[in-house]
Amino acid sequence: MSSDLAIRMRQNFAFLTAVSLFCVVYLLYHVAHPKGFSSAVLVQNGDEVFTLALVAMAQTVPVLAAGLDLSVGALMTMVGCFASYLLSGAPDGTALSLDLAGWRLGLGTLPGGVPGILIGILVCLAIGAFAGLINGVVVVYGRIQPIIATLATGAIFIGVALFLRPQPGGKIDEDLNWALTNSLGDFASTVHIFNDGAAPWFAPFAGVPTPFVLLALIVLLVWVPFSRTVTGRAIYAIGSAEGAAYMSGLDINRARIAAFTLGGFFAGCGGLFLAIQTSSGNADIPQAGAYTLNSIASVVIGGTSLLGGSGGAIGSVFGAMILRVISFFFRIFDIAPLLQPLFEGIILLAAVSIGALRVLRVKNTLELFR
Amino acid sequence: MADAPQGDFLVLSQISKRYGGVRALENVDFRCRRGKIHAVLGENGAGKSTLIKIVAGAVQPDAGSITLDGRLRQFGAPAAATAAGVVCIFQELSLMPDLSAADNISIAAPPRRFGLIDARAQRRRAEALLAEVGCEDVNPLLRVRELPLSRRQMVEIAKALGQKPQLLILDEATSALTSADVERVYSLLARLKTENVAILYITHRMHEVEALADRASVFRNGRHIETFDKGARSTAEIVQLMIGRDIATQYPPKPKRARPAAALKVDRLGWENSLESISLEVGAGEIVGLGGLDGQGQKTLLLALFGVLRGVTGLITVNGRAVRPGSPAQAKAGEIRIALVPEDRKTEGLMLPMSVSDNLTIASLGALSFGPFVDFSKEAGAVEAGVKRLRIKIAAKTDAVSTLSGGNQQKVVIAKWLMTEPRIILLNDPTRGIDVGTKQELYRLMRELADQGAAILFYSTDYDELIGCCDRVAIMYDGRIVRELSGDELNETNIVASSLNIEGAAAASVGRESAHV
Amino acid sequence: MTVIPTNFMPSRDDRPIFIAALFIVAILIAGTAYTLQRFGSAPLLSPNYLLQQLQIGAFLGIVAAGMMIVILISQIDLSVPWTLTAAAMMATAVGGPWAIPIGLTVGLAVGAVNGLGVAYLRVPSMIFTLGVNAVMRGLMVAHTGGFAPDTAATGLMRLLAAGHIFGIPNALFVWLAVSAIVAVMLQRTVLGRSIYAIGNKEAAAYLAGVNTKGVIVVCFALCGLTSGLAGVLLAGYSQKAYQGMGDPYLLPAIAAVVIGGTNILGGRGRYLGTLVGVILIVLLNSVLSIMEMPEAGRQVIYGGVIILMLLVYGRSEQVTS
Repeated sequence: MSSDLAIRMRQNFAFLTAVSLFCVVYLLYHVAHPKGFSSAVLVQNGDEVFTLALVAMAQTVPVLAAGLDLSVGALMTMVGCFASYLLSGAPDGTALSLDLAGWRLGLGTLPGGVPGILIGILVCLAIGAFAGLINGVVVVYGRIQPIIATLATGAIFIGVALFLRPQPGGKIDEDLNWALTNSLGDFASTVHIFNDGAAPWFAPFAGVPTPFVLLALIVLLVWVPFSRTVTGRAIYAIGSAEGAAYMSGLDINRARIAAFTLGGFFAGCGGLFLAIQTSSGNADIPQAGAYTLNSIASVVIGGTSLLGGSGGAIGSVFGAMILRVISFFFRIFDIAPLLQPLFEGIILLAAVSIGALRVLRVKNTLELFR
Repeated sequence: MADAPQGDFLVLSQISKRYGGVRALENVDFRCRRGKIHAVLGENGAGKSTLIKIVAGAVQPDAGSITLDGRLRQFGAPAAATAAGVVCIFQELSLMPDLSAADNISIAAPPRRFGLIDARAQRRRAEALLAEVGCEDVNPLLRVRELPLSRRQMVEIAKALGQKPQLLILDEATSALTSADVERVYSLLARLKTENVAILYITHRMHEVEALADRASVFRNGRHIETFDKGARSTAEIVQLMIGRDIATQYPPKPKRARPAAALKVDRLGWENSLESISLEVGAGEIVGLGGLDGQGQKTLLLALFGVLRGVTGLITVNGRAVRPGSPAQAKAGEIRIALVPEDRKTEGLMLPMSVSDNLTIASLGALSFGPFVDFSKEAGAVEAGVKRLRIKIAAKTDAVSTLSGGNQQKVVIAKWLMTEPRIILLNDPTRGIDVGTKQELYRLMRELADQGAAILFYSTDYDELIGCCDRVAIMYDGRIVRELSGDELNETNIVASSLNIEGAAAASVGRESAHV
Repeated sequence: MTVIPTNFMPSRDDRPIFIAALFIVAILIAGTAYTLQRFGSAPLLSPNYLLQQLQIGAFLGIVAAGMMIVILISQIDLSVPWTLTAAAMMATAVGGPWAIPIGLTVGLAVGAVNGLGVAYLRVPSMIFTLGVNAVMRGLMVAHTGGFAPDTAATGLMRLLAAGHIFGIPNALFVWLAVSAIVAVMLQRTVLGRSIYAIGNKEAAAYLAGVNTKGVIVVCFALCGLTSGLAGVLLAGYSQKAYQGMGDPYLLPAIAAVVIGGTNILGGRGRYLGTLVGVILIVLLNSVLSIMEMPEAGRQVIYGGVIILMLLVYGRSEQVTS
C-alpha cells in the first residue's frame, strides 16, 4: 500500500536523511579521490570506519532506553587490551597468568593456532558483554543514573586496560590481521577457502572489503533480530514512556540490563577489531574519550533521539560513517592539517543544530518542555 | 471453588492504603459480578484511582485481600493482574507514543515466529481489534504520537480487548473521546456483558451512570459508602452520597449589579486551527465562565491570553490598552498582571520536590527582593500570609509540596498567583481532582477576589460549577464562542444545547438523551 | 504516575555532605596509616602538604563550581576542556594588563554561546557543548599551529596561581572567593531560586513567569566564566598554556559535583557538597600518589569510589506506576 510506504518514510525521516547525506558525501569523496572507487581505497575506508561504527552501535542501545553510556570508549579499549594477549596465535599456545603485586596466578594455557584464536575471539566478546552487564546491573540494581554510573565504570574499565597494557604492546597473529583488514579475496586466501580465493564464481566478491562485510554481518545477525524480539522492543518502550511500559507489563529491569549488555558486546567487537587492525593493545585514555564522544555525535547524526524511544543502530552506523568520511575529505583536499579540527568541529555543531530548526516552528511553547 | 457464572467475580475485603499522612482507602469492602456493568462513583480524592491501581496490580494495599473468581490473589505487578484476566483502560497511561499502534496493541505478548516478533501477524491482530472497536480507519503503522487524542484512547481500548479481559476496568476512559467513539464504546461494553465479562466503570458523569450501569457504588474520602442497583437512587440522592451534603449551599451568592466595564477585552482572537475569531469581555468584578465539551479550545484560549502561544492573531486589550504578551513573564508583568492557574498542577503548577515556601514565592520574587537578593523576612511574611489566607494545611513551610493533598497543592498554586496581585485571573479547570471541602473554599475565594476588583475567566468541565459560580458563561464549540449565557438563561439545558451547538427547545430533549461531556 | 520516594529523610540534601566528609576523614586516616607504616611520617597531616594539595585542587574546584550551576538546571557542559585551554592561550597570547580580562571574556563568550544554543535552539546541552568543545579545539589548533604557545603567563597570573600570602596559596583565596559568590548566589538570590526551580520543573517555572531562557544563558555563561578563570590560573601555575591542559578537568568536575550530593538530573544540591566533593577527589588523588599507585589502580579506585558513594547516598526514586 502506498500509504504504508509514505508512513514509513515519514517516520524514518531522520534516518533516511542520514543515509542520503552519507551517500552524497561518500560519492563525492570517491569522485574527488585520485584513486577513488578502487579496492584499496575502499579497504582503507572500511578499516578506519569499523571501530567507530561499532562503538556508535554500542552507544545507541542504552540511548534508546533513555540512558547513556559514557564507558563505551573505555570498554572498547579494555577488550582491545585483552585481545592483545589472547590473539597472539602462537603455535604452541599462550600461557596465561595473572600478576598482582608480586603474586602470580596461573590461568592455564590458551591453545595455539587457529583454535586458540577462535577461543580468544569468543572470550573477548564475552568480556565485552560481561562489562556491559556490569553497567546494566549498576544502573538497574544500584539505581544510579546511567550518565554517572557509566562515568565510574568507564574509569574502572580503563584502569583494567592500563593494568593489562601499561605500555602499548602485545601481538596479534599476522594472518588474523591480514584476513580481517583487507578484502574478501585476501580473507579467502588466508583461510584457504574458495580455492584460496581464486574460484571463478568468487571473482566479483574478491574486492569487497572485509570490514564492511563484518559490519553488515553484525548488523544483520545481531542487531536486526534483537530489535525484533520482545526485549528489544521493550528497550524502545522504556525510552518512549517508562511508566506506560511498566503498566503494560513489560520487564523494565531486564530490558535495561539487556540494553547495556548488548552495548558492551558491540563495543567489545569494536575493540577487538581495533586491536587486530593495529596489531597491539593500547590503553590510550584520550583515544577512549574521543571514541565515546564521537559515538554520541554519531548517534545524534544518525537520527536517534537522545530522549530515547526512536531511532536505531543502523542510523548510528551511518552517522559514524559520515563523521569518518568528513575527516577523509581533509586528506584529499589537502586542507591544512591545522584547520582540520576546526572544520570537524563546525560541521559537528552544524549537524546537531539542524534539528533545532524544527523548534523554531513550534507554536505552543509548552511543547518545548516535554 | 469457582463461583457460579452470575456470582461475585471480584471481592475486595478490608482494603486499606495510606500515602504518607493521606488515607487513600480505608477498610473497603467491595464486590462485583460477571456480565454486569458496575459503576464506581465518587469525587476525585474519594479513592477510586487507588482502588483501581490496587486491583490492577500497580500498587500494593497495606491491608486487606483480593479474591478473584473464588481464589485469593496477590498482584505484585501489572503483568500478574493481566495474566489473571484483569485488564485496565486508563486515560492514555499505558501507550508508548513513539511506538506504532500495532506495536502498542501487542506490546507484551506479540505473535512470534522463530522467537522474533511476527510483524505481519501483529498487524493483522491490530487490524482485527481496531475493527472490533469500530476504528478500521486507523492505520496500525502509525505511531501513537501521530494519532489524535480520541483515536489514542480507542487504541488503548483495542489493546485491552486483545488481552482477553475477564474483568475490564475503565477509568474515566471516555473523557477524551468524540461522541461517535463514545457510542462505539457503549456498544462494545454491551457486547462484553453478553460474553460474561465483569465491567467496572469509573466515572464522575451522572448521565453515563444512568445510561450504562447495572449497579453503582459510591466512594467518599477513601470509604465505600453504598452500593445500589440501577434506578434505586435518584441523581440528587447519589450526588448527596458523593459529596455528603446538600448541593444548594455550595455556591456563594452572586451579587446583582450592572455589568462593569471590561478589564479584559478579546477581539477576534485566533490561533492556528484551534481558535477562531474569539470575542469576549470580562469586567473587573465579574466571574466569566468558559463552557462546552472538552477540547473545543477553552484551554487554548487561556494559554493564548497568557502568552504561551506564538502566532496569535486578533486584539487583546487590558484596561483599555492593547497588549500582546509574548511569554508568561510578560503576561504577569506590572502593566498587564494576568495570572494563570494551569491545567495540570503536578507538571505545570508546582515544582513538586521543592518546599511549600519556594513554590509560593516563585512568581513574585521580584517583589520580595532587594536588588538581586531575596529578602528573607519579607518572603517569610508573604508565605505566612498566603498560607493563612487560603488556609493551606501544611506541617511546615519547608516541607516538599509533594507531601500535600491534592486540594492543598491547588491552594498553593492559587496562593502563588494571588501574591502577584493580579488584575485578571485565568483558571484552567482548577477544581479537577479536588475534594469537596476545598472546592467550596475555592468558590468563596473566587467571589471574594471578584468583589475586590479582579476579572476572572474560569474554565470548568463541571456544569454545576459554571452555573453556580459565574455571572456569565461563554460556550465554546470548535474553537469559537457559540453563545453567551447569563441571568435566567444560565441553566443546564442551555449549556448542554450550546455545547452540542444545537439551538432552541429541541435541545432540551436531545440534551437529556445524549448529553455527555 | 505515582513516584514513591525511597528516602524520606528531612536533611536529604545534607546527608551526602556528611558522608563525603566522613569519607575524607577515612581517606586521611588510611593514608596516614600507610605513610606511618612505610615512611614513618605523616605528611598527610602536615598543613604545608595539605595546603599544597588544596592549591592544586583550587583549579578543579573552580571548574566544579561552574559545572554545578549547569547541572542544577538539568544540563551539562562538555565544552569545559577547550574553553579552559582557549582562555589560557588567549590570555598568554595577549599578555600585559589585558591578559586576565581577555581570558575571562573568552570563557564568558563561549558560555554564552552554549547558553544560547541550549535555551533558544533547544539542542540538548550534551551534544551542543560537545560541538562547541570541538570548535574551540579547532580554533586553538589553528591558532597555535598545534604546539604549545611560547607566550608566557603574565606576572599577575603567576601571582594569583602560585603565589602565597602569609603562607596560604593565593589560588585558595581565589577559590574561596568563587565559592562564596556561588554559594550566596544559589542560596540567597532570585537567580539562585530560579535555577533550582528550572532544574526541578522547567515548565512550571516558565508558567510562573520565570525568564527561563535568560537564566539558562546566564548559567552557561557562568560555567564558561569559571572555566576561563581556571584556565588563566592554570596557565599562571604552569607558567604557560599548553595543548590539552583542560582535558583532565572535565570528568573529575562532574564527579565532584555528584559526589557532593547534587542530583545529576538537576534541581537539588548544595554548594558545600561540591566543595567537599572536590576536596575528596583531590585528597584521594594525593593519597594514591603517595602510595605510588600506578594509573591503572587510580582509575579503578576512582570509579569504585564514585559508585560506592552513590550507593550509600540512597538511590534514585523508583517508577512504580
